[in-house]
Amino acid sequence: MTGTGAQQDRFQALVDADERIEPRDWMPDGYRRTLVRQIAQHAHSEIIGMQPEGGWITRAPSLRRKAILVAKVQDEAGHGLYLYSAAETLGADRAELLDALHTGRQKYSTIFNYPATSWADVAAIGWLVDGAAILNQVPLTRCSYGPYARAMTRICKEESFHQRQGFEAMNVLARGTDAQRQMAQDALGRWWWPALMMFGPSDANSPNSAQSMRWGIKRFSNDELRQRFVDATVPQAEFLGLQVPDPEMTWDGEHHRYGPIDWTEFEVVMRGDGPCNRQRMATRVRAHEEGAWVREAAAAYARKRAASAEAAA
Amino acid sequence: MTSPLWEVFVRSRRGLAHTHVGSLRAPDAHMALRNARDVYTRRQEGTSIWVVPAAVVVASSPDEKDEFFDPAGDKPYRHPTFYEVPEGVEHL
Repeated sequence: MTGTGAQQDRFQALVDADERIEPRDWMPDGYRRTLVRQIAQHAHSEIIGMQPEGGWITRAPSLRRKAILVAKVQDEAGHGLYLYSAAETLGADRAELLDALHTGRQKYSTIFNYPATSWADVAAIGWLVDGAAILNQVPLTRCSYGPYARAMTRICKEESFHQRQGFEAMNVLARGTDAQRQMAQDALGRWWWPALMMFGPSDANSPNSAQSMRWGIKRFSNDELRQRFVDATVPQAEFLGLQVPDPEMTWDGEHHRYGPIDWTEFEVVMRGDGPCNRQRMATRVRAHEEGAWVREAAAAYARKRAASAEAAA
Repeated sequence: MTSPLWEVFVRSRRGLAHTHVGSLRAPDAHMALRNARDVYTRRQEGTSIWVVPAAVVVASSPDEKDEFFDPAGDKPYRHPTFYEVPEGVEHL
């Protein structure tokens, strides 16, 4: 559906006036496709994102940390569901989106293909990965597509606890024994660069950005948000007494300037050859297949209840 | 096998109306309600939840928005600001 000139003008006028587009409004095909792809990728990231930390639930160092971690992983499941719900308002089908994830036709964030090898990684994920996610997500609460913006508002509200609990856990380690301090330092070393890559390719290599900005889906460039993250995070690392693994990091009086990012690594992980890509997908597909009986049982139970309600009527 | 889609409405506290918060998939109303509790009220966001089969929602079309809402367009006298209140007159 290309739409008449009047429809296109009206659509762009709404976007330019910072109004929201709602599900039943006319919208260009490209806008719909871009949103479905982006929202689905975002939803997939949330549910795959349960895995690196989920493995630590049974090994959390205290009951308090365990309860916090369970709540955080539950939130990630919930965030995935908010986003699948938003994608469905665009005509996408939830089962098809999951199938696209399971068959590799749709992607999720590269960050979740790195392993959480120690408890300190759980802390670093909360602090850095959720910290970066928040910077990416806050502008999306003003995205031009209403259901996506509303889902992001809920997610951002819930996400700030994720970052804080991570920083708190990091701070405890950084002020602990020498061994704990080293764990924290190593985790920062492992997660720093992958976290910077979460903002996506540099502006020069981000061909779709300009269109997304015109459509009011994207508000800040990848490099802009990345710089914001670095400026916010470097002082936090200093507070913790930990070293950011970037020998070229300098302060230019306004910003913390970081050294070159290894985009080859990003491409390798994106292509499917990161440390955990296969494991994450296999775990996800297995969970879906092994959960089939639950879905079937729920449907059978619903049929049974409907039948007995009918018989009683 | 895909479960039907349900629209979820939550009343955040007494005295307020139920507000649409999103949707979910569930095989029946009973399970939709329980899932809605877990998905949309993990932080005590609600005191009451409605779930409605998405298929039964009837919506006006944004394309016919103008004609549809036209009848109210030329009736400014329905608003109190339409009327002139003489200076010095109070409690009106």
